[in-house]
Amino acid sequence: MAEQRNDRDLLEIKNLKKYFTTNRGVLHAVDDVSFTLRQGRTLGVVGESGCGKSTLGKTILGLLDATDGSVIFDGEDVTHLKGRAWKEKRKSMQMIFQDPMASLDPRYTVMTLIAEPLKIFGVCRSKIELEEKVRELMQTVGLDEHLANRFPHELDGGRRQRIGIARALALDPRFIVCDEPVSALDVSIQAQVLNLLQDLQVEKNLTYIFVTHNMSVVKHISDNILVMYLGCMAEMCQSKELFRKPLHPYTKGLLSAIPIPDITVKRERIIMTGELSSPINPKPGCRFASRCPYTKDICTKETPAWKEELPDHFVACHCCREINQLDK
Amino acid sequence: MSLLEINNLEVQYVMTDETIHAVNNISFSLEKGECLGLVGETGAGKTTTALSILRLLASPPAKTVNGEILYKGQDILKLREKEMREIRGDEITMIFQDPMTSLNPVKRVGDQIAEVIMQHRHCSKTEAFRLACDMLNQVGIRDERATEFPHQFSGGMKQRVVIAMALACQPNLLLADEPTTALDVTIQAQVVEMMIALRKQYQMSMIFITHDLGLVADICDKVAIMYAGEIVEYGNLEDIYLRTSHPYTVGLFGSIPSLSKDVDRLSPIQGLPPNPAKLPTGCKFHTRCERASEKCSCDEPLFHEIEPGHFVRCHLFDQEEHDDG
Amino acid sequence: MMETTALDRKKRLNTTSGQFRIALRQFRRNKIAVVGIIIFLIIVLSCVFADKISAYDYAAQDIRNKFAPLSMEHPFGTDQFGRDVFTRMLYGGRISLVVAFSAVLLSAAVAVLLGTTAAFFGKAYEMIVMRIIDILQSIPGLLLAAAVSTAIGTGIQNSIIAIAIGQLANTTRLMYSATLTVKNQEYLEAARACGASKTRIIFHHVIKNILAPLIVQVTSRLGSGITQIASLSFLGLGVMPPTPEWGSILNAGKQYMRSYWPLVTFPGLVIALTLISVSFIGDGIRDAVDPRLKR
Repeated sequence: MAEQRNDRDLLEIKNLKKYFTTNRGVLHAVDDVSFTLRQGRTLGVVGESGCGKSTLGKTILGLLDATDGSVIFDGEDVTHLKGRAWKEKRKSMQMIFQDPMASLDPRYTVMTLIAEPLKIFGVCRSKIELEEKVRELMQTVGLDEHLANRFPHELDGGRRQRIGIARALALDPRFIVCDEPVSALDVSIQAQVLNLLQDLQVEKNLTYIFVTHNMSVVKHISDNILVMYLGCMAEMCQSKELFRKPLHPYTKGLLSAIPIPDITVKRERIIMTGELSSPINPKPGCRFASRCPYTKDICTKETPAWKEELPDHFVACHCCREINQLDK
Repeated sequence: MSLLEINNLEVQYVMTDETIHAVNNISFSLEKGECLGLVGETGAGKTTTALSILRLLASPPAKTVNGEILYKGQDILKLREKEMREIRGDEITMIFQDPMTSLNPVKRVGDQIAEVIMQHRHCSKTEAFRLACDMLNQVGIRDERATEFPHQFSGGMKQRVVIAMALACQPNLLLADEPTTALDVTIQAQVVEMMIALRKQYQMSMIFITHDLGLVADICDKVAIMYAGEIVEYGNLEDIYLRTSHPYTVGLFGSIPSLSKDVDRLSPIQGLPPNPAKLPTGCKFHTRCERASEKCSCDEPLFHEIEPGHFVRCHLFDQEEHDDG
Repeated sequence: MMETTALDRKKRLNTTSGQFRIALRQFRRNKIAVVGIIIFLIIVLSCVFADKISAYDYAAQDIRNKFAPLSMEHPFGTDQFGRDVFTRMLYGGRISLVVAFSAVLLSAAVAVLLGTTAAFFGKAYEMIVMRIIDILQSIPGLLLAAAVSTAIGTGIQNSIIAIAIGQLANTTRLMYSATLTVKNQEYLEAARACGASKTRIIFHHVIKNILAPLIVQVTSRLGSGITQIASLSFLGLGVMPPTPEWGSILNAGKQYMRSYWPLVTFPGLVIALTLISVSFIGDGIRDAVDPRLKR
């Protein structure tokens, strides 16, 4: 997956925070996230509900205003862009949404849906040119030409998602946030769409942030994986490494909880007890402490630091070295 | 005598402009204490099958065109509504995908469970409530929480309450329709562990509907793979996982990115699931099958037993039957 | 396409062409609605072709022929000035219908603008607009229209404005809540991700998706629009004589109710018939557009 590409950092996220004020307190949706992403690579962001992965994606794109921290895209600080400057950046940064039904205006035809970003930026000079470009995009994503005048509800989930992909590609972006793009699809269609996304990445040298809760999917499509828990970074490393040698207790629990369609594999199940703690007005210390089987005193008092425990393998855990016997 | 026996069940939805063939001639049986996994994608007919067992289909537009559902030897489809009500909740119960809509938001959790108990057991309100608290303990919820309302529980906890309700009268058969799909992976693992333990304790039979082959490997004894309203492959875990036979099942396994193996590209099943109002002739999978032959587009394949207990509905296995016979 | 679930069916009903086709079919099946359309069309076309149908001049007075008995020449009789009531009804209908239509459309246009922007832009603007609407809504439509009419004067144009204002609050509130429903849909966020400005989102996405309740509202408001212009004229506001208008004819007729019943009865009947037919049509549209899932 990591062949010759333009090896430079396309995206740099520094201490990004996104808080929401609710009537019950401040919701720390994304709390101090930092990473860099090379051009042409895919970063998978995984976690369960409430971990902030979708919010992270939207904040990076600027669909939500960051509370703190910065987003550096291709050397430029795009964190607090507004108005025209923000709009201009849409040409480079796009998004594919999770629910292919909800993210497509039900009153628009396939043609109009894909044409919309082109119209907004006045990319094409004539209607004919516009339709040509849309047909080209449809072909790229594997949609039959004759579907151009259909409505989303007339098509199945897989095709609808392809419309979403075509729309995201319309402006020829360099970076796409894929927010659970295959979660709402049937298994056999998921595979088709995943293959498509991979092919497009190679063809157009795209950089992806792939947000999902499905570990098998993320392993397949990502170069690096970031595991999030209640808004905080728990672990980050290369894709294969994460599955081979998970260091954070949460990652271990997560991996062991995944049902595997293979009856020959016998695994040790680490069943995590308890419920997720609330991301509203979180207490100090590690957010995972209430469910962690290895909790020590320090875990409830101090927030663990983000450390490179192994080469290119980062973890935020006080007891990491002990649990994994890294010092032996 | 099997606990549940379904023979040649055919269910259609009759609409004004078209007829949807949801379930097309399926047959299987379930013994006491056994768990059958009903696997398939959207539109395969799994939910319709389960709802038929409990006669919960809205009819019209649903119509049971043919077949019989024998529970303890008695044809459920011929029972009167009154008799059916006695079975529901007591002998056969069902849990659904979304715990949020399965619970009454304005009734206390303990009362909801007690309600089921009082319906089927003749006991006082206090007694029923006490039994309800016991049930909550069984599913891992402290019984002090019996006086709380559903919204005070998280998703996983709500599903446990739903399970408590379903098991309150110690049913013989539990129908679970994608009960963990809406839950987070780690919570799913907890709930699945609990269901396995309870099943063992009560010696309960279960039909577990899902599209997740991983879950099936954890919970089920037997598996029925459904496609376009038919069972295309049926067998125990080893038959399905180690000796996968039907091209659709093979395709399903090929579409799933695997945690244990590294694959460059997935091998999806080409094409789309068929429109249940306009099903293809012959074998219903032939339009998407890589190994389809001319025979597949005209003749419907029979359900062949390729090894003891392992059935496949595919022309590729016609020869073998012939050879054996 | 699989439609095994009610949800799929509901989604199929959610587009312009699909919805129109289904709505039309459903409408045609509704016999009462069809009757309503027929009656309404007869009335409207009669008014449109008034000059072809009746040879009389609606203002032509013929005092000697006042209160004539019903006959073929005067199917509705004549009024106190000898003018043919039937002709006056035909021409009067033009006024009534035009004023009612215009008022409803004007009201709808302003309501859509106010309602969608209030729901969309929120904050202080939303609060100000909705509180004003609250105040307007507390006054019954007709009274409000009458008050405005008194303030700005009578005549066709002013009556249209007055009635429009009278209906504004209700429709605005409807558009406001419809927009709120649509506002949180993901496709709006997707449009924003493509670079669409808020204005573009409102005009291209929101409005299309709130058309359904708007259409239903407009048809039902039409009925009350006709009543209101008739009422205003009846009260002495609205249009002034000699311009014929159903309400003013009715008003004039009430003095002679005992001695000459046609002058009150026929205008009353026509108004009633128009309202009933509009009501049937409105019901038909509502039933057709409503994503009912039972067959």
